[in-house]
Amino acid sequence: MRLKLESRGQHSVLWTFASPLLAMALTIITAGVIFALMGHDPGSALYTFLVAPLVSASGLSELCVKAAPLILIAVGLSLGFRANVWNIGAEGQFTLGAIFAGGLALHVGDGGGWWAFPAMILLGALGGMVWAGIPALLRVCFNASEILTSLMLTYVAQLLLIYLVTGPWKDPEGYGFPQTAMFGEAALVPILVPETRLHLGVLAALAVALLGWLILSKSLLGFQLRVVGLAPRAAAFAGFSQRRLIWLSLMLGGGLAGLAGMFEVSGPIGQLTPAISPGYGFTAIIVAFLGRLHPVGVVLAGLILALSYLGGEAAQIDLGLPNAVTGIFQGVLLFYLLASDVLILYRPRISFAGRKASERKLADGSAA
Amino acid sequence: MTGDEILPPTGKGPATATSLGFESALLRLTAISKRFPGCLANDAVDLVIQPGEIHALLGENGAGKSTLVKIIYGVQQPDQGEIIWQGQPVRIGNPAQARQLGIGMVFQHFSLFESLTVAENIALGINDAALRRGLAGRIAEISEAYGLPLDPQRAVHDLSVGERQRIEIVRCLLQNPKLLIMDEPTSVLTPQEVERLFTTLRRLASEGCAILYISHKLEEIRSLCRHATIMRQGRVVAECDPRVETAEHLAELMIGSRVASARRTAVVAGEAAARLKVDHLSLRSDEKFGIDLKDVSFMVKSGEILGIAGVAGNGQGELMAALSGEVRLADAGAIRINGTAVGLAGPAGRRRLKAAFVPEERNGHGAVGPLPLDENAFLSGYATRNLAPGGLINVTRMRDFAGRIIGAFDVRCRGVQSEARSLSGGNLQKFIVGREILQEPDLLIVAQPTWGVDAGAAAAIHQALLDLAAKGAAVVIISQDLDEILAVCHQIAVINLGRLSVPRPVQSISIEEIGLLMGGIHDSADHNSADSAGTLPKPLAEDGERAAQA
Repeated sequence: MRLKLESRGQHSVLWTFASPLLAMALTIITAGVIFALMGHDPGSALYTFLVAPLVSASGLSELCVKAAPLILIAVGLSLGFRANVWNIGAEGQFTLGAIFAGGLALHVGDGGGWWAFPAMILLGALGGMVWAGIPALLRVCFNASEILTSLMLTYVAQLLLIYLVTGPWKDPEGYGFPQTAMFGEAALVPILVPETRLHLGVLAALAVALLGWLILSKSLLGFQLRVVGLAPRAAAFAGFSQRRLIWLSLMLGGGLAGLAGMFEVSGPIGQLTPAISPGYGFTAIIVAFLGRLHPVGVVLAGLILALSYLGGEAAQIDLGLPNAVTGIFQGVLLFYLLASDVLILYRPRISFAGRKASERKLADGSAA
Repeated sequence: MTGDEILPPTGKGPATATSLGFESALLRLTAISKRFPGCLANDAVDLVIQPGEIHALLGENGAGKSTLVKIIYGVQQPDQGEIIWQGQPVRIGNPAQARQLGIGMVFQHFSLFESLTVAENIALGINDAALRRGLAGRIAEISEAYGLPLDPQRAVHDLSVGERQRIEIVRCLLQNPKLLIMDEPTSVLTPQEVERLFTTLRRLASEGCAILYISHKLEEIRSLCRHATIMRQGRVVAECDPRVETAEHLAELMIGSRVASARRTAVVAGEAAARLKVDHLSLRSDEKFGIDLKDVSFMVKSGEILGIAGVAGNGQGELMAALSGEVRLADAGAIRINGTAVGLAGPAGRRRLKAAFVPEERNGHGAVGPLPLDENAFLSGYATRNLAPGGLINVTRMRDFAGRIIGAFDVRCRGVQSEARSLSGGNLQKFIVGREILQEPDLLIVAQPTWGVDAGAAAAIHQALLDLAAKGAAVVIISQDLDEILAVCHQIAVINLGRLSVPRPVQSISIEEIGLLMGGIHDSADHNSADSAGTLPKPLAEDGERAAQA
């Protein structure tokens, strides 16, 4: 028996949407197997991991709080990925957004008027843009791969954050912990529903997704991004400037990642610490691809990966499993997704033909 | 050779292979079929080749010729059918087996390493170390014997396309083939090089080597071949002796219907407005083996069609990029469209001055394959047709524009939502040309308008270009198809190594002169080369090239 992949000759619309579902089904099966190997009943472990976090109202609001930064970042990344601009450094842009906004918050302290929070929004976006601007500049001027430069800058950003919270910005009354003072009232994100952590950033994420969808499907800019990704020479023929689109992609991705960082430190965290992100910037890459680089898909995918964070915490508390379950779940999901995406362009064929030399030759020849 | 003798019975029994009269055949294909996803490329094809005959395989693009020869050369395996080589049924699993049998093939696209020498390139294809010894001597011997002058020590990147083709031919001849397959060999040659190639092929045939000659050029086949198999839509539709058929009849057999050929209108009056003026345009190429444009000057007036002829790879791509604005110039005044200096402007800026462009590559350059036709209409039409007012796509207007193109240019497709790559080459080309013409340009620059396009679509495209010029637009056609230029254009210029000859009316220039220009021998403008060309006609293309380079 042999498995052969045969070109479909065109994109399969069915599998474009079925592939994420297949990947999720395979991921859940694999997670069940892993739980079983670790000595837990797979059924109840999966329930704890995937369902239990959702059954309470507070669980749902937490889901949205975790999904918001993922969606914000992934919408920006999707637009760039469409144009073949591979910004892998959203984690660093997220951090810089948090630092820029946090710097203002610390500066105003317990004072500050109505303008403090809007100013933090702008500074957060600006911080992300500045950090994404470095790879953009290097790519446009020296043709340096933004994959490497943006990724490497992530670690620079993390070190910068650690320097600030252990050095100049350290809370003098913090008993030596590496963290800043808590932000003042004026620098905190407005809460949407009392008694929950649902904050303005959740609404902003939905608005950004809607805007991203409009840009991608209805605007000349979205068309340019798609064409430059699908056929760079056709984009040149149409007169679309590739440099401009590289800049735009990285500014959008960086700005939104910075915005996500700003919402995170002004909301759920309320101060700067060395651990402001559980890897949102990297998880957002999975969100973007699981969501088919489409803003609406990104919202759904953002919710699913947010669940993996909540499930990881629940598994840690209720089952005593290490928190690494979240990372394993995300990694396995990306693995299966990339594998399933093969089905978009190829159909598998299983042949039961014997392995006589002549026939093997025939098959090899026709495959070539 | 009469038809009766060749037409084989289509019976499937093994008896046919041994029936009298066929056992002398070198190669016999019986009922070969090959299916690809979505198309039946070969449908029960029969073919018989006798030793020492020059056999034409004639058909339009997509008729199944390439698939059939790939099956003979072992690149592809038939789904059904039988291959009999010298009376024995064989399975040709790969090209190496084909070469062992004595089958050689010269592909349309050469597989040569630019930075290696001729001898090194040939040695790469020979696995037997013993055979590699003394190779340079044997190359010289064979190239001498068959009139294929080649210096084994020269690097390939210095060679003309014609010389590169000779490497491929010599590479085949070293194996003493009994059958040589040539795939569209003349599309990259000057008329003089074509004549020389034919001499070589006739010589080979007289020594008993059969030649399977693939082409869609009817006149060539009539002068070279004594037997033709004509294919259409994967089937053999006719066998004939091309020497006794008219070109018109061959075309009818090939296309399946009569095609009205386009005819140019009268030459324009002298006082028309200059639409495009190129003034001392020089441009260094960024590509590794690219061609620099050197001091190119020409002018095209309203109502005029200028053809730019030349062998592939002599700067056509670079010229097109400079004219369309995909590559910007340092000197704004080197190109003027409707009087405005546009050297610094990009494609969109030039379109706003009522210029339009059709690049050579359809998929990925002129159109985006995975996008639907309406978005491909938008690709170049968004600015001139105001399809995105305020930066938002107006879907109604975009679809309407695409629909008008499809209607006006008879584009066969399922609708404006069909993906561009789902269209045949001819239909997609009609769509792209139509898209540019419906933007009502004052200047249209087209590269290879009918490359790989079926004859019906080619005639429609030619007619559209003529109509556009008749309405007062200037048209520039950059083409390697000399017949096309001679049929459609008023003026002709020839590009060679990045230099453009002075445009001349097509009526006042002979094929021989064009051929010499294509080979790099320029007229009176260049005194040195005129001196060295004084001993014409003996030193041909390459010598002239060297003189021009010096």
